[in-house]
Amino acid sequence: MAITQLSVYLENKPGTLSQVINTISDAGINIRALSLADTRDFGILRLIVSDVQATRAILDDQAFATETEVIAVKMSDKAGALGNILKILEDESINIEYTYAFTSPSREQACVVFRVGDTKAAEKVLNTYGEITLNDEDLKDLL
Amino acid sequence: MKNYYQKEIETAPYEEIVKIQNEKLKKQVRRVYDNVAYYRDLMDKKGVKPEDIQTIDDIKKLPFLTKDDLREAYPYGLLGTDLKNCVRIQSTSGTTGKRVVAFYTQHDIDLWEECCARAIVAAGGTNEDVVQVCYGYGLFTGGPGLNGGSHKVGCLTLPMSSGNTERQIQFMMDLNATILCCTPSYAAYIGESLAERGYKPEDNKLKAGIFGAEPWTEEMRRSIEKSLGIKAYDIYGLTETSGPGVAFECEEQNGMHINEDHFYAEIIDPNTGEVLPEGSRGELVFTSLDKEGFPLLRYRTKDICVLTRKKCSCGRTHIKMSKPMGRSDDMMIIRGVNVFPSQIETVLLKEGYSPNYQIVVDRARNNDTFDVYIELNPDQVSDVVSDIQARERSLEAAMRSMLGIGPKIHLVPPKSITRSEGKAVRVIDKRNLHD
Repeated sequence: MAITQLSVYLENKPGTLSQVINTISDAGINIRALSLADTRDFGILRLIVSDVQATRAILDDQAFATETEVIAVKMSDKAGALGNILKILEDESINIEYTYAFTSPSREQACVVFRVGDTKAAEKVLNTYGEITLNDEDLKDLL
Repeated sequence: MKNYYQKEIETAPYEEIVKIQNEKLKKQVRRVYDNVAYYRDLMDKKGVKPEDIQTIDDIKKLPFLTKDDLREAYPYGLLGTDLKNCVRIQSTSGTTGKRVVAFYTQHDIDLWEECCARAIVAAGGTNEDVVQVCYGYGLFTGGPGLNGGSHKVGCLTLPMSSGNTERQIQFMMDLNATILCCTPSYAAYIGESLAERGYKPEDNKLKAGIFGAEPWTEEMRRSIEKSLGIKAYDIYGLTETSGPGVAFECEEQNGMHINEDHFYAEIIDPNTGEVLPEGSRGELVFTSLDKEGFPLLRYRTKDICVLTRKKCSCGRTHIKMSKPMGRSDDMMIIRGVNVFPSQIETVLLKEGYSPNYQIVVDRARNNDTFDVYIELNPDQVSDVVSDIQARERSLEAAMRSMLGIGPKIHLVPPKSITRSEGKAVRVIDKRNLHD
C-alpha cells in the first residue's frame, strides 16, 4: 500500500520553485497535491503527481527529486474527519514527520497524507481502526 | 617626543644591526645543526655545513622550512633544545588539522614580550597607560604576547581575552583603558557597539590601538580611528616565529618595523626561491636569530609583501615590511583564524560528504562572515527538514573542532554548485582585503 510522493530538494532563493512547477506543467503532468517545507536556506517540495516516473525523468536535469513512501488516508470532506484520524495516531504514539491534505470536490472526498517513521506499521494500525488507506492505483480513481 | 622601549637597539645604525645578525646567525645555525636532526638532514642534503655560514648574507645557502615541514616534524621534530628547558607552548592550526606547536624557553618568552613592548611604546604606551587586551588568551599567541609586552612596559593590563563585548565596554569605560589590543575587525565592532550605546568617540579615554592577526585595509584603519577617536597601529607576527610583535608600526603608520635583531627577513620569489632585492614584492621568509625552543631558519610565511630600508622619521632603523598584500598559498584568515580549504575538504570527506563545496567569506558590520555551501550526495537528501538540519548541526560541530571556528553550513542540492570549466570555484572572498 502507501503512495509515492516526489520530494524535491530546493535552494531557498527566488525562482527555484517556479522553475520546477513550470517544468512539470509544460510536460502536461498534473500536480494533485503539494506541500512546501521551508527554512532560511532550503525548501523541500513534496508533490503528488499523476505520473511519478515521467516527472522524475523530466526533472532530472534541473532538480533533485526522490521518491518517498507516504500514507494516504481517505476521509470524508467533513468537519472532524481529520481529528478522528489524528486521535488514532496519537493514541498509538505514532509520530508524524509532516502532513498535508487535499480534497476531491467532485467526489466530496478528501485525503490526508502522512509521513511517519514506519509507514507499514502506521498503515496497519490505521486499518485496524477501520480507516481506508490508499495506494497509487486508488489515488488515480479518487482524483 | 620620541619614545622607544629599547632605544639603543631600535635606533642602531645599520652596520651595527648587521654585526649583531652575523654573530647571532652563526651561533643559531650551529645550535640548530647540533640539536635539530630534521633541519640537519635538510642542510646535509643541500651540502651546507654550519662553517659555511659566516655572515648574514650566507643565509641564502640554507634550506627553507615550510608549513609542510612543521607538519612532518610535529610535535617535537624542530625542537631546538631539551624539553626541560622549555616553559611554554603556543599553537596555531595547520593545513590538515595537525596543529603547529611552538616551544618557548624563558629566554624566548622574554624576547617575544620585549618585541611586544616595543610595539606598545611605539604606539605611545608608557607605565601610565591602561592596556586592554582583547585578543584571545590560551594557545593563541595574541593575548599572551600583548599581555606580556604590556607588563614589560609597566602598563596596567586588563587581560580581557576575546568576546563578551558588553563586559569589554564596561571595563574600557570604568577603568579608563587608553590602549586597545585586538583584531581590527573586533576594534571596529567595539566602535559600533559604543555608538549604539550612545557613546561619542571622545567619551572614551583610548588614545591608540594595536591591531593585528588578520588583514585589514587603510579604509578600515581610518574608520576605526574615527569611531574610537584613536590612532590605529598594525602589528604582525606568527606563531612559528613567536607571535605578535615580529613587526610593528610606528607613528608614521606606513609599514611595520621588523625586530631584526631577533628576526631576519628575506623576500623571495615564491616560485624559484630566489632572494629578491629590497623593494621587490615577494614571499616573506623569517629566520629566528636567537630563539632557543623553536628556532626556525628560513621559514616561508607565504605572506606576500615588500621590504624597505628607507629612513623613518620615528628614528627607528629597523627594516620595514608592508602590510601583507596576499598569500602565495590558499590560506584565508577568518576572524583571526587561519583556514585552509583543504581542512574543510578533510572534514567533508571524513563525514561522508561530497567534495563539492564552496566557501564564501564576506564582511558584515566589520565582522567576517564564513559560509560553506556543500552539495548533498543523492543518498543524503531527505524529505524531512529536521534530518537536514541535524546534518547541518553535526557538520558545523565537526568543522568547528577542526578549524577552531564554526562556519554557517548550507547543504545544497546535488549538482547545484556552479562549476566553471568543470572545476568548482572553491573560495569566494568578497572582503577586498588586498588592493
